[in-house]
Amino acid sequence: MKKLIGSIALSLAMIFAAGAASAADKLKIGFIYVGPIGDHGWSYQHDQGRLAIEKELGDKVETVFVEKVAEGPDAERAIERLARQGAGLIFTTSFGFMNPTLKVAKRFPKVKFEHATGFKRSKNVATYNARFYEGRYIIGQIAAKMSKSGVAGYIASFPIPEVVMGINSFILGAQTINPNFKLKVIWVNSWFDPGKEADAAKVLIGQGADIVTQHTDSTAPLQIAADKGALGFGQASDMIKFAPKAQLTSIVDNWAPYYVRRTKAVLDGSWKSSNAWDGLAQGTVEMAAYTNMPSDVAAMAKKTQAMITSGKLHPFTGPLYKQDGSLALADGKVMDDGTLSGMNWYVKGVDGDLPK
Amino acid sequence: MMIVLEKRSEQSKAMTFLSPVLAIGLTVVIGGFIFTGLGLDPFKALYIYFIEPMTSIWSVEELIVKAAPLILIGAGLAVCYTANVWNIGAEGQLTIGALFGAAIPVYFTAWQSPLVLVLMLVLGAVGGALFGAIPALLKNRFGANEILTSLMLVYVAQLLLDWLVRGPWRDPQGFNFPQSVPFEGWQLLPLLGEGRVHIGAILAVVAVIILWIMMGRSLRGFEIRVIGRSPRAGAFAGFGQKRVVWFCFMLSGALAGLAGICEVAGPSGQLQPTISPGYGFTAIIVAFLGRLNPIGVLFAGILLAISYLGGEAAQVELGISDKTAQVFQGMLLFFILACDTLIHYRIKFAPGAGAAKEA
Repeated sequence: MKKLIGSIALSLAMIFAAGAASAADKLKIGFIYVGPIGDHGWSYQHDQGRLAIEKELGDKVETVFVEKVAEGPDAERAIERLARQGAGLIFTTSFGFMNPTLKVAKRFPKVKFEHATGFKRSKNVATYNARFYEGRYIIGQIAAKMSKSGVAGYIASFPIPEVVMGINSFILGAQTINPNFKLKVIWVNSWFDPGKEADAAKVLIGQGADIVTQHTDSTAPLQIAADKGALGFGQASDMIKFAPKAQLTSIVDNWAPYYVRRTKAVLDGSWKSSNAWDGLAQGTVEMAAYTNMPSDVAAMAKKTQAMITSGKLHPFTGPLYKQDGSLALADGKVMDDGTLSGMNWYVKGVDGDLPK
Repeated sequence: MMIVLEKRSEQSKAMTFLSPVLAIGLTVVIGGFIFTGLGLDPFKALYIYFIEPMTSIWSVEELIVKAAPLILIGAGLAVCYTANVWNIGAEGQLTIGALFGAAIPVYFTAWQSPLVLVLMLVLGAVGGALFGAIPALLKNRFGANEILTSLMLVYVAQLLLDWLVRGPWRDPQGFNFPQSVPFEGWQLLPLLGEGRVHIGAILAVVAVIILWIMMGRSLRGFEIRVIGRSPRAGAFAGFGQKRVVWFCFMLSGALAGLAGICEVAGPSGQLQPTISPGYGFTAIIVAFLGRLNPIGVLFAGILLAISYLGGEAAQVELGISDKTAQVFQGMLLFFILACDTLIHYRIKFAPGAGAAKEA
């Protein structure tokens, strides 16, 4: 018994000693993920960004993460835990972490916070997001080219502007190829729920969609599409491994450049709160290889990608009409970021009503 | 050879109280092996998991924040399950309670007075009780299985919340994001101390004491226990089973509703599409781990809260998956049920083949 107590005491002493030694000079960077890092989607890509920081900056940094943090009161504790353990920079990677991030940031004014997809900032809270709608315009065009039935299915998570913007961008892209292209949307009210996502994919294919795309994070819809002989797109990361015969391309979130840039800024003291909204041009949004399509379709997709990257093409360029036919954006005008990030209406051509 | 469970004629009273302790001990030992298997120092891991959450004021405060709703709900469920009334839908009653209470800040955003807070808490309890009354009504009137109805109503409640925060109750200044207006001033629970501990913690302790006295000292408590053991005997004593069903559902519903409004008026500070990480379901484990005794629930709630916080600390400090916390909670429930089974039954090795033929 004495021996046991002795070894407990010894191991305790070792913990404290180890904690004191490593904390001194390295910048500790914390990550809060909403899903499991094994989702092969949203959280997985953020974790790839974390690994990129480690690779690039090596022993100048140390990273820690907490996965599957529920949006709500638990998030505040998880964030504060990282701050208390000496993290100097904390990335909170889901919209629902916005208010908890701000609350903790107030109590830890020296720690820098980066909140993904939010709209509230403060002196030590920056926000960042990516222009995924740029990729969705491209996959909309591909969908219209590849679809035989002229109907695509869209599995959507929550009716927030980010998601609505993606749906609109997809149909706008598709309409440049086929003005009568139809889009059916199913809301699953979750970011990650393979079961629900799979069910939604089955229903959409049953309703005549031969292309399935999604704004949810699992690989399930793509796998269902592959099973049923339909085609689909990956989400957030390259999912070609899960559907080698069905994935046309994938909109890949590449957070690595932003994460490395912001970490360097903290290290050299130039970090400032800001709002980053990068896209194809900055490399935050990437397109996976164009596969399972004829070469002319792939060439068209590459051309559109190049035009968006160079700034010659903006998916939301007038004339744009809302679902009810009213004019939303005059001819030749480009939609400003403020209007885009508050979008709560469908453009013409989307089937069904936006949940209110 | 065949293993048979034979009912013991007498249960050891000491073991009834020792079984949770034994279950915790077994969980810790097996947990130690799991950590060793993962290539970690088991002592360090177990320290981070079970002891560290209690070593700083901040984490103790967080522990209380996490334990308060579990205890509030678990105490009500303990009464329910003692009466053999199976309320599995505390999560839904929590949600409706939160909605009832939150209606005040949503519709009377500018109203500030201590009365607001009292009204919110009362409405929270009323909402939970009314929602708990639905499965009670269905059981008493139509004989519907309350396990099924109460569980299904959870989804009804969650979808109602979802619809409200995305629709009519959405913050007009919130850029269409699914959340209500942030609560202010008297619409928020007063805090105790520096951290996030709110008066919900006091309410939880008060509820535990009241229920403990009720179950041990009052006729109502006796009635509940008798109906739970033997409804027929209860009927001879003039106790109505239907009345007990009503009472248990509305009581546990009220406490779950109170926990719900305390969550939104406390740590959340507004309505969001998800307001509870499954407190209503975890409280079922809490009720059983606490031996269906309100005082036991108090300790069980704290233990479950430790397993959550420890799981989070282990992720950060040891880099192990969040699944570990779930494995620990699962093991805990498994061992307690196993220990309970062995208290009620003894294992007998019977000559298998022959017995089967005779049967």
